[in-house]
Amino acid sequence: MRRFLTFLLVLGVAGLAIFWFLTMPNRLPADAMAGLTGDPAKGEQLFWMGGCSSCHAAADATDAAKLQLGGGQEFPSQFGTFIAPNISPDRDQGIGAWSSLDLANAMLRGVAPDGHNFYPAFPYTSFAHASTQDVADLYAYLMTLPPVTTPSQPAKVGFPFNIRRGIGLWKMLYMPKDWVLTGDLTPAEERGRQIVEGLGHCGECHTPRDAIGGMKRGAWLGGGPLPVGKGSFPNITTGKLDWSEKDIVEYLTTGFTPDYDSAGGHMALVVQNMAHLPESDRAAIAAYLKKVPPVK
Amino acid sequence: MTIRLSRPACLIALAAALSAATAVWAQDAPPFQSETKARQGLMQMNALNIAILGKMAKGEMPYDAAQAKAAADALAGVYALDLPMLWPAGSDNGAVKGTNALPAIWAEGSDIGAKVEGWGKAVAAMQTAAPESLDSLKAAMEPLGGACGSCHKAFRASSG
Repeated sequence: MRRFLTFLLVLGVAGLAIFWFLTMPNRLPADAMAGLTGDPAKGEQLFWMGGCSSCHAAADATDAAKLQLGGGQEFPSQFGTFIAPNISPDRDQGIGAWSSLDLANAMLRGVAPDGHNFYPAFPYTSFAHASTQDVADLYAYLMTLPPVTTPSQPAKVGFPFNIRRGIGLWKMLYMPKDWVLTGDLTPAEERGRQIVEGLGHCGECHTPRDAIGGMKRGAWLGGGPLPVGKGSFPNITTGKLDWSEKDIVEYLTTGFTPDYDSAGGHMALVVQNMAHLPESDRAAIAAYLKKVPPVK
Repeated sequence: MTIRLSRPACLIALAAALSAATAVWAQDAPPFQSETKARQGLMQMNALNIAILGKMAKGEMPYDAAQAKAAADALAGVYALDLPMLWPAGSDNGAVKGTNALPAIWAEGSDIGAKVEGWGKAVAAMQTAAPESLDSLKAAMEPLGGACGSCHKAFRASSG
């Protein structure tokens, strides 16, 4: 009996050690940003592509208020409520004291400067496709924005999801290993993939999720229920969406559907963001969407 | 003991029950049906006119300055109507079946007025732009769509 208990204890300690080891913060190499110079003008484009302000500014922000990234918007889910943090360049409450490497670790690895894991409500499972140069450009732009002194609020998340270490295991399952759409692509389709699968993070809403919140990439962009409440994110593959590429471009520019209804909900904000991109980028998104395998 | 009613008494009782039921039914008839129908009709009419402009912008229909102007003028006609009449307080999606109008429209501090005014400005800009050239029409589509969307984002429940 005693031997068995000792065995259990050893097993438990070993398990903890393995868990601890597997969930160590997976940071970028310390020289990942060395030699990169950020271009704030390019960063501004990436800012709109990524839709940063749609979550990190106030929910009803318009015009200049969209550049006040004090956070505070709440995102309820079955795991708890996540609250967008302050990512303004304020040194105390925001990310003003971060280096560009800190931003790269956050966006590409989901790791905070102190080593804790961000919740994947922050869509690093898509942002991971961005390049370090993208991060350098975005960093250069973010640092030009007005500092906001609103403190960030902690997420309202219960056990076991409040053990941030565990997110390390989640990441092993769900960080992207490759693009979802592979094979021969035209330059436009490739650009579209970069936007949709990467910074644009379209899949984060339009792809269904499994029981522990990972994207089911096998049903990529196939739509799914809202995290809470009734309603759903639409399937935007050709299995459901029969819009022409022109229709898609028009929608992403003006918000008008082919029936000339207009986008509502969070998508209205996405449209406002996409309108900041050159038309060629919106056309690239449309070309990419036509290439994605249909989900019924 | 049983209560026996004569035939006339039966009929009177039946009639009374029926009229009571009708009264209840009448009370339960959903409020604001006319207003809801009227505003949805206006939205549909806007969609038809915007479709003319949108199809020209998309190249699905040849550009015609006069037709484009007529469509933009029709939108201005809708803007000129007494719109608050069609959105009486309380006619929200909690009270009225078939509407997606959110209570936020009437909430304290609601900026619906400013948003509708913004739409009016986008329509006025389209009235100028539409007959000018196809390029100026195209450029005016984005603010027009943005004005529609800003209201729908804030004040319309997602039907998705």
